[in-house]
Amino acid sequence: MPIANAIDPVESLKAALPDAVKGVKIFRDETTIIVDAAQIEKVMHHLRDTKGLLYNFLSDISAVDYYPDASTPDRPERFGVSYHLYSLLYSRRLRVKVFVPEDDAHVPTVTTVWPGANWLEREIWDMMGIYFDGHPDMRRLLMAQDWDGHPHRRDYPLGYETIMFSFNADEIAKFKPAATN
Amino acid sequence: MTLTVRPNDKEKENELASWEGSVEELRGLVSDRAMTGETMLLNMGPHHPSTHGVLRLLLELDGEEIVTCLPDIGYLHTGIEKNIESKTYEKAVTLTDRMDYLSPMSNNMAFCLAVEKLTGLDVPARAQTIRVICLELSRIASHLVWLGTHALDMGAMSVFLYCFREREMILDMFEMLSGQRLMGSYFRPGGVWRDLPAEFLPTLQKFVDIFPSRVNDYETLLKNNPLWRDRTEGIGVVEPDEALALGMTGPSLRGSGVNWDIRKATPYSGYEQYEFNVPLGEHGDVYDRFYVRIQEFHESLKIIKQAMKNIPGGPFRSENRKFVPPPRAELGRSMEAVIHHFKLWTEGFSAPDEEVFVAVESPRGEIGCYLHGTGGTKPRRVHFKTPSFMHISALNKLSAGHMIADLVGIIGSIDIVLGDSDR
Amino acid sequence: MGVISSKLGDLGVVTTTLETAVNWGRNGAMWPLLFGLACCAIEMMATQASDYDLSRFGMELNRASPRQSDLIIVAGRVTRKMAPVVRQLYDQMATPRYVIAMGDCASCGGVYNNYAVVQGVDEIIPVDVYVAGCPPRPEQLIHGILTLHERVKGERFNDWIIANER
Repeated sequence: MPIANAIDPVESLKAALPDAVKGVKIFRDETTIIVDAAQIEKVMHHLRDTKGLLYNFLSDISAVDYYPDASTPDRPERFGVSYHLYSLLYSRRLRVKVFVPEDDAHVPTVTTVWPGANWLEREIWDMMGIYFDGHPDMRRLLMAQDWDGHPHRRDYPLGYETIMFSFNADEIAKFKPAATN
Repeated sequence: MTLTVRPNDKEKENELASWEGSVEELRGLVSDRAMTGETMLLNMGPHHPSTHGVLRLLLELDGEEIVTCLPDIGYLHTGIEKNIESKTYEKAVTLTDRMDYLSPMSNNMAFCLAVEKLTGLDVPARAQTIRVICLELSRIASHLVWLGTHALDMGAMSVFLYCFREREMILDMFEMLSGQRLMGSYFRPGGVWRDLPAEFLPTLQKFVDIFPSRVNDYETLLKNNPLWRDRTEGIGVVEPDEALALGMTGPSLRGSGVNWDIRKATPYSGYEQYEFNVPLGEHGDVYDRFYVRIQEFHESLKIIKQAMKNIPGGPFRSENRKFVPPPRAELGRSMEAVIHHFKLWTEGFSAPDEEVFVAVESPRGEIGCYLHGTGGTKPRRVHFKTPSFMHISALNKLSAGHMIADLVGIIGSIDIVLGDSDR
Repeated sequence: MGVISSKLGDLGVVTTTLETAVNWGRNGAMWPLLFGLACCAIEMMATQASDYDLSRFGMELNRASPRQSDLIIVAGRVTRKMAPVVRQLYDQMATPRYVIAMGDCASCGGVYNNYAVVQGVDEIIPVDVYVAGCPPRPEQLIHGILTLHERVKGERFNDWIIANER
């Protein structure tokens, strides 16, 4: 069976789903396609199944919080979710990015395309607070089930303990009743 | 005056509050037979001898047979990604060491490659070769621990002691290079921390001479052992396309026959110069994944031998003083060196406000590092996609229909490290 | 060994104090609980394996059950999600029980000063010996264990009674 030649993902996507593609960016040999969040599942099906693209491996789903930087035309919303795809046949990578607003933070799930996205999306819900519609099991993954807040957001404090010096040693020691000094 | 900045302002009692849920929470996650009590829900808790760390598995058992296996991770979640956001790029390397603690060099590599890609920093050829040698040594060390603990879980206890004896040799070499047995933070953005000391190459030669016979020892112990084969063949079978869809990578994927090794497909750090094979399995069961890793010992040795033969001369770290601090000797001679030194050690270097993604082949699979800079000296976001994370999520598929004793073998064969999955 | 008060010729009998004998027994076979959390666990495993053998100190086996162990070596970072588990295990151990906080993360939170890591396991359970290092070398851990042995050797009758209420 002849193997189709690799085709340009941007052109192919623009031809198939023209209203989904919002922008393209190339930086250090990496192509990023910015896509409309509501159509992410169709985009993923196209990228995975089209001959010549065959991005059959989902490497990573990462979320970025752009707070407190003001919205620019480049980054219209607070959150960005990046899907990193890899094609085993053509050995090339692609990034598909969607922007998610803060007050309505939800994206359709891609677990129907790759079941491996299950835990990646759960982690993003846990850490960033972006909800994935249609996900079979949207619970917290890394933090305890009754934890408040989404730790990887930029306005979430690091939660560090003041370093113990001699002037505040006694006050900090009150938090450590079992410490024998 | 607030002494501790606690994110959730509940009282102290809630910190030690109960963490068990109710069975209702599991509706939909486990089969309906569990709700009526026909099958048993067993907690293979975070503290367990065979779970390779703090992994909690909620098993739904029909007698001894597993119907559903729900992993619950997060008991080792250290917030490394958030901590890195408040450190400069050079200081963050030490934090990345501690994610996959069995092969710290691979995590360092992923992060350093991402920083170098983001800033456009060059890496001299000597540093690339040294990095390859260290990465392959780290791979051998990690596979030794894997083999020791996997065999220990299945009852073959003497393999554990033999593997750790070899590992001591490798850790001695790491100590020569970086001063620390594990967690050396030897790789830095731009190259490596310091040059190879004089006694490194003779020790490495001695190791390379001894090690093949030791690998043969392990093979003799386990490869044709009828007990081992009985317990591992046909267990935890995963088909190639299913494995890809679940996100498995590395030797666990190659055990199913998928020929994907990042070192071959998208080589980095000079891997294209070395000749090595990629061992593949056939059936995708525990035995194949085990045998793939045993063969990887030999392949890593091949790469080390080739790399050792021609280590290029030249600098061991990039000379770009905007990113790499100058050596101490230069500080007495040049004003620019002092200024660079001061700027880099107080503030650190800046990286553009862009995002990159880099993947490396760690002993467990593909570590992906997503790095987004701010234009300033600290990253905006670092995200690591770690192989153990994906493999633990695949446990449900892998272990359905097997017994608990088989589950122990399956967990060993996918080679998880909880620091890797929880970060 | 303890103080041999007198030796009756070569009858094969040795007299000593009760405290010495009991402490000698406790030191000789102090079984640790199998409790490795993170990177320090690997160094603990290396200490137990060849080259630095812990069996010569009596710690041949790690017991998986807290009821059967005397010593818990908290090796690795304790996160807030894991903290109740550590406390429960410590409560389930039978006295006399000893705690070694191995590594920086267990002693003081280590490199991580953030929302997820408990800053030192002594926030939850009382610790006898702190072993510093990230991770500590096997020799350091052995030094910590021997320090604990010294401490146990010095325990008096009154300590046993108080220990039961800890």
